[in-house]
Amino acid sequence: MSKTYYNPADLRKFGNITEWSEELGNKFFEYYGKVFEEGALTAREKSLIALAVAHTEQCPYCIDAYTKDGLQRGITKEEMMEAVHVGAAIKSGATLVHGVQMMNKVNKLEM
Amino acid sequence: MSKKSLLARNNDLANTKRQIEVLSNGQFANGELPTFAKKIAATNQFPLRPKKLEILQINMGYMCNQVCAHCHVDAGPDRKEIMTKKTMQECLNVIKKTGAHTLDLTGGAPEMNPNFRWFVEEAAKLGINDFIVRSNLTIIRANKKFHDLPEFFKKHTIHVVSSMPHWTRGKTDKQRGDGVFDKSIQALQELNAVGYGIPGSDLKLDLVYNPSGAFLPGNQKALENDFKKALREEFNINFNSLFAITNLPISRFLDYLIASENYEDYMYALVEAYNPEAVKNVMCTNTLSVSWDGWLFDCDFNQMLNLKVASKVNHISVYNEKLLQNRNIIINQHCYGCTAGAGSSCQGVVA
Ligand code: SF4
Ligand code: SF4
Repeated sequence: MSKTYYNPADLRKFGNITEWSEELGNKFFEYYGKVFEEGALTAREKSLIALAVAHTEQCPYCIDAYTKDGLQRGITKEEMMEAVHVGAAIKSGATLVHGVQMMNKVNKLEM
Repeated sequence: MSKKSLLARNNDLANTKRQIEVLSNGQFANGELPTFAKKIAATNQFPLRPKKLEILQINMGYMCNQVCAHCHVDAGPDRKEIMTKKTMQECLNVIKKTGAHTLDLTGGAPEMNPNFRWFVEEAAKLGINDFIVRSNLTIIRANKKFHDLPEFFKKHTIHVVSSMPHWTRGKTDKQRGDGVFDKSIQALQELNAVGYGIPGSDLKLDLVYNPSGAFLPGNQKALENDFKKALREEFNINFNSLFAITNLPISRFLDYLIASENYEDYMYALVEAYNPEAVKNVMCTNTLSVSWDGWLFDCDFNQMLNLKVASKVNHISVYNEKLLQNRNIIINQHCYGCTAGAGSSCQGVVA
């Protein structure tokens, strides 16, 4: 029995989620596959977006998966790190922009 | 990166039997993953059999000026096994009568064999006009005596196939050694200068990309576009096609996979990417591989695992095409590297 919440080997079992709800699982994977196909955005661009979001979601499976995906596409580590910074910038921006809410509240409450 | 071959380092995996053991055990022994034999049997492709022989791939020796981390040949400057003139003569005798139309010269660095040019010239005299040379590019810059190789290649309209792991210096040098990128760029420019890879020219220059690590190559066309764009914009280099090749889990790459604890995941990834369609075109179906000392193999990979052809005729000195073509190809789990994704489309690999 694994003693950690996350087990790298579980990523391989992702597909098994269809076993307990076949229709929904299959629909999800079909949608997922479609999303990452070449479209108005290139598959390469989508891979970098996925990597950034994987970090903001802090999903270790997605981070592993999209780091590998990036390497397979010949994406450099500099490009990957910049993508992570984009995610981080939005994350911190999203935190800081709420500072305005705090300021509003202070201004409202203070005499 | 080590500057020595596994053999010179007395590494356990220099023993090919040990490699076969690794490939046969673990996930494949406990049934977690299907063996390659089982997998191809599911689509009635077992046993794997040769089709029409088209290519003789001759390994001129394991000596090389580089010691790439992923090398499936375990080549390097410390490897002294190179083909003698006597064995070349035996190859020429076979070339006279074979149905194969293409001669594919590989190594190591085939150009380092002192009789390399002689051999090409003799084979050309016998009517071979379809030559492939797997050149690592840096050899052209390695020593003055190799500087005129582009001219020599041109003279015999040799199709040059060269590996280039990435269009950036960092990634290339990490896989192939410091300074390899700059020398490769220079060599490519020199090949372009004599007409190689130029649109409209009949001098073909293809590049082979293989991943520098424990991951599979991505979409070949997308990679080709990226390579073309980067090499043209930055260095004004042209080439014909890019082949994206999967690293097979043997020799130095196997050693790396095990040492970096990537072996298990890598084998999973290979099996997951298995494409039954690719089985039809694996290179062993139209190629025969000859080692530096004249033994015959289904492919260069089997050569490196010392898995000789399953035929009474297993040496170039007793060559008999009809008997040879009536054989089963020897397979093992490393074959999953040939059937991952779109498969290896360049009729073989550049080491
Ligand atoms: S991969 Fe090619 S160039 Fe590198 S060491 Fe092996 S034979 Fe030499
Ligand atoms: S490794 Fe050799 S024998 Fe196995 S499928 Fe590839 S070419 Fe054929």
